[in-house]
Amino acid sequence: MKMIAKRTERSLTLYLSGELDHHAAKDAMAEIDRNLDAALPLRTELELSQLTFMDSSGIAVVLRLYKRMQNLGGSLRLTHVPAQALRVLRTAGIDRIVTIEEGEKKS
Amino acid sequence: MNLNNMMQLDFLSKSSNEGFARVAVAAFAAQLDPTLEEIGDVKTAVSEAVTNAIVHAYPNAIGRIRIRARLYEDNLLEIVVRDWGTGIADVEQARQPLFTTGGEERSGMGFTIMESFMDALRVRSQVGKGTTVTMKRRIAVRGGELR
Ligand SMILES: Nc1ncnc2c1ncn2[C@@H]1O[C@H](COP(=O)(O)OP(=O)(O)OP(=O)(O)O)[C@@H](O)[C@H]1O
Ligand SMILES: [Mg+2]
Repeated sequence: MKMIAKRTERSLTLYLSGELDHHAAKDAMAEIDRNLDAALPLRTELELSQLTFMDSSGIAVVLRLYKRMQNLGGSLRLTHVPAQALRVLRTAGIDRIVTIEEGEKKS
Repeated sequence: MNLNNMMQLDFLSKSSNEGFARVAVAAFAAQLDPTLEEIGDVKTAVSEAVTNAIVHAYPNAIGRIRIRARLYEDNLLEIVVRDWGTGIADVEQARQPLFTTGGEERSGMGFTIMESFMDALRVRSQVGKGTTVTMKRRIAVRGGELR
């Protein structure tokens, strides 16, 4: 798991690459917290085009990010979500809570 | 039913083994010529079962986890993930969506994901003895069409 953050004004984009499983989840949560504390964003995009694997541990990471954005009065979008992660998110019903934009990234 | 192949994997309940375990099972299943989606499903289900053993079966210790994978006729893949940890008092309750004893870091969706990504899921457990999760998935047979 690797995370890169880009900030403009009060918008934050988090590019998450690699595998988001239980092994990676703690680091991912810590990185997210650090970036939210620094940016206090009103809009956060979690960009997942380079995510190669996600399981239920990733669901907890997404839900936590969602709750933190609600507390900030802001919004969260998941973009370029690959098929495997999308299947996990849908099975858990996360698509009914968080805005999800699927599909390959346009170059 | 005819057994065509099998493998067994023993490893310690360290989170660094999660990736290794699901990739090993996926590589074994590759001889059935699965699609990317089928491989993704199998990897996800294995990851859920192995993570449960690491997180719940051995919460404050390092224990042993065993995976057995078997290939039967008609492209049937069977995966058994076993631990000798805490066990589950009420399996029916544990299998309910959103049920968790894991707090903030867990979502209670592991068994639900295993159930919907595989064709069959059986959970046998005894408190203090351990848990055995058996999953089955039939990989579609494709007659040489382009994919
Ligand atoms: N191998 C195991 N040993 C002991 N208890 C287990 C085991 N597997 C599951 N459990 C129990 O069953 C509950 C439900 O498991 P499930 O995988 O569905 O959700 P979770 O692990 O709590 O959360 P998630 O999988 O979404 O991260 C767990 O919270 C735990 O109490
Ligand atoms: Mg679980």
